[in-house]
Amino acid sequence: MRLRLEARTETARWLVVATPLLAAALTLASGIVMFAALGYDPAKALTSFFIKPIENVYGLTELAVKATPLLLCALGLAVGFRGGVWNIGAEGQLTMGAVAAGGLALAFHGEEPGWLMPAMVLAGALGGAAWAAIPAFLRARFNTNEILTSLMLTYVAVQFLGYLVHGPWRNPQGFNFPQSRDFGEAAIIPLLMEGTRLHLGVILAGLAVFAAWLLLDRSHLGFQIRVSGSAPRAAAYAGYPVSRIVWAGFLAGGAMAGLAGMMEAAGPIGKLQPLISPGYGFAAIIVAFLGRLNAFGILLASLLVALLYLGGETAQIDLKVPPAVTGVFQGLLLFFLLGSDFLTRYRVKLVRRAAAS
Amino acid sequence: MIEIAEVVVVILVATLRAGTPLVLAALGELIAEKSGVLNLGVEGMMLVGAVAAIIATLGTGSYMLGALAGTLAGIAMALVFGLLTLSLRANQVAAGLALTIFGLGLSAFLGLAYRDRPLDGLKPLAVPGLSDIPVIGPLLFGHDVFVYFSLALFAAVAWFLARTRGGLVLKAVGEAPEAAHALGHDVLAVRYLATAFGGATAGLAGAYLTLVYTPMWADQMTAGRGWIALALVVFATWKPGRVLLGAYLFGGVTIAQLHLQAQGVAVSSHILAMLPYVATILVLVLIARDATRIKLNAPAALGKPFEPGR
Repeated sequence: MRLRLEARTETARWLVVATPLLAAALTLASGIVMFAALGYDPAKALTSFFIKPIENVYGLTELAVKATPLLLCALGLAVGFRGGVWNIGAEGQLTMGAVAAGGLALAFHGEEPGWLMPAMVLAGALGGAAWAAIPAFLRARFNTNEILTSLMLTYVAVQFLGYLVHGPWRNPQGFNFPQSRDFGEAAIIPLLMEGTRLHLGVILAGLAVFAAWLLLDRSHLGFQIRVSGSAPRAAAYAGYPVSRIVWAGFLAGGAMAGLAGMMEAAGPIGKLQPLISPGYGFAAIIVAFLGRLNAFGILLASLLVALLYLGGETAQIDLKVPPAVTGVFQGLLLFFLLGSDFLTRYRVKLVRRAAAS
Repeated sequence: MIEIAEVVVVILVATLRAGTPLVLAALGELIAEKSGVLNLGVEGMMLVGAVAAIIATLGTGSYMLGALAGTLAGIAMALVFGLLTLSLRANQVAAGLALTIFGLGLSAFLGLAYRDRPLDGLKPLAVPGLSDIPVIGPLLFGHDVFVYFSLALFAAVAWFLARTRGGLVLKAVGEAPEAAHALGHDVLAVRYLATAFGGATAGLAGAYLTLVYTPMWADQMTAGRGWIALALVVFATWKPGRVLLGAYLFGGVTIAQLHLQAQGVAVSSHILAMLPYVATILVLVLIARDATRIKLNAPAALGKPFEPGR
């Protein structure tokens, strides 16, 4: 007996849904092995990782708060990824969105005009889009590799934020801590539920799911993006300009990531500080793939990855498991997903040795 | 006059040191890419190599075993990538990103207990008599083992690619895998070997950081060097000589930036720290304008999975 591979001509729909679930199950299984190997009680570890964080209402609201930036970034990235545009600098775009919106909040500190919040939302999206426009321009104009430029710009953006909060934007009454003043009341996103951190941005993120679905699956531009990604030569024959796909991917990705940064700064954080995001922009890459670059799939995937963040925090308190475990889980999740994708493209068959030769 | 010469020597030696991890990582990636494998996980492999090296050295007291552990860790990471992209034919870009994300998490996890335990750091060689000669001594005989090894590796890679049958097979696999397959070469085996080599040098580059360059462990201490190494391969248009040149150029930018900071230049250290990244972008733009050169030199099958019989 031996294994033989057969390429599938068509991928069954159930497989497209089943493989992310398989990947999640395999990640869970390796989690059990990993915790056991490290001498933790696996049952206890998994409970505190995956169940305890969401067993009450507060936990669920925290899940939504953590999922929001992941969801926004991943929806934007999906626009690019579908078209074969590799924007991996969402973390930097998120940072610049926070900088743009935070700058506005600090500029009108103490004045609290009524239009400040909408202006900040706009500034966040524009800041992220402007930062994403750099790799888009370089790719469209000079054919520069966008993977490397968008990533390099992330380091630049983080240094820029560091410069601002260590220098010109540092809180004058902040005992020299590298952070800005606390935003005024008009520059903080209103809460949806007292006693939690659940803010209005969560609803905006939900609306963004529908907007992304319309763009990706129901618009002509979305169709062009899809064709350019899956069949670049067909797109060339149809006359779809590559630069339009590049610009669409980057501007959508940048605007959404910038929005996410604005919501972090004006939401749970409430000021500018050297780190706005614990790697949401990178985790969003996993979310986008796990959600199969589909708006509703990404919604579910963002909840799962948000749970990994929350679980990491709970497990740290309960079991002294280092929070870096979250990163390990994220990587494993993507590994297993990419590996199980094999099943959507090939059929594995057992054949008798005699028949095979 | 003598003082200026001394300052120049100090800067040159520092540049060589700063460029060495880039030389190592970029040479490995060059070989992998020559075989048609684009591994974007260099940063992740470097980080895991870095943490494995310092754990081994703190445990055994041996720098040699540390370097070995870093190399093996890099190979292990590269084999995970190989399994996904070569055997399971996953998208190389996505798998490379996954490898980096995994490496970030794994290295932070493993390094947690070692964060506050600095090493002495591997000292430069001291050749009696020779290392004390002014100017020539420190330039030729005053480096650590890694610097010499990276230069030897450069020579070996350049020779392998230009002068050996193995180099020819490697390039054939990267340019025309179907033709190489038809000639009886095992495309997947060659790609696995090339990928593992890339992992080995990336792991060693990471080991250089924790054992020599900044002898301690800190989360994400590679600070994008893995990505810069990837950019260097493009900048070098897949030629080893230019990889070496580019790596020292970037080493120079890093050192210039540090020197400016130390001189107390009235520019924020945060702004200065942007320089290597901005320089990388500029260099990529300059080289990308010459599209034909990239097209001519890039391995034709770069990033494409090999599917025999299709």
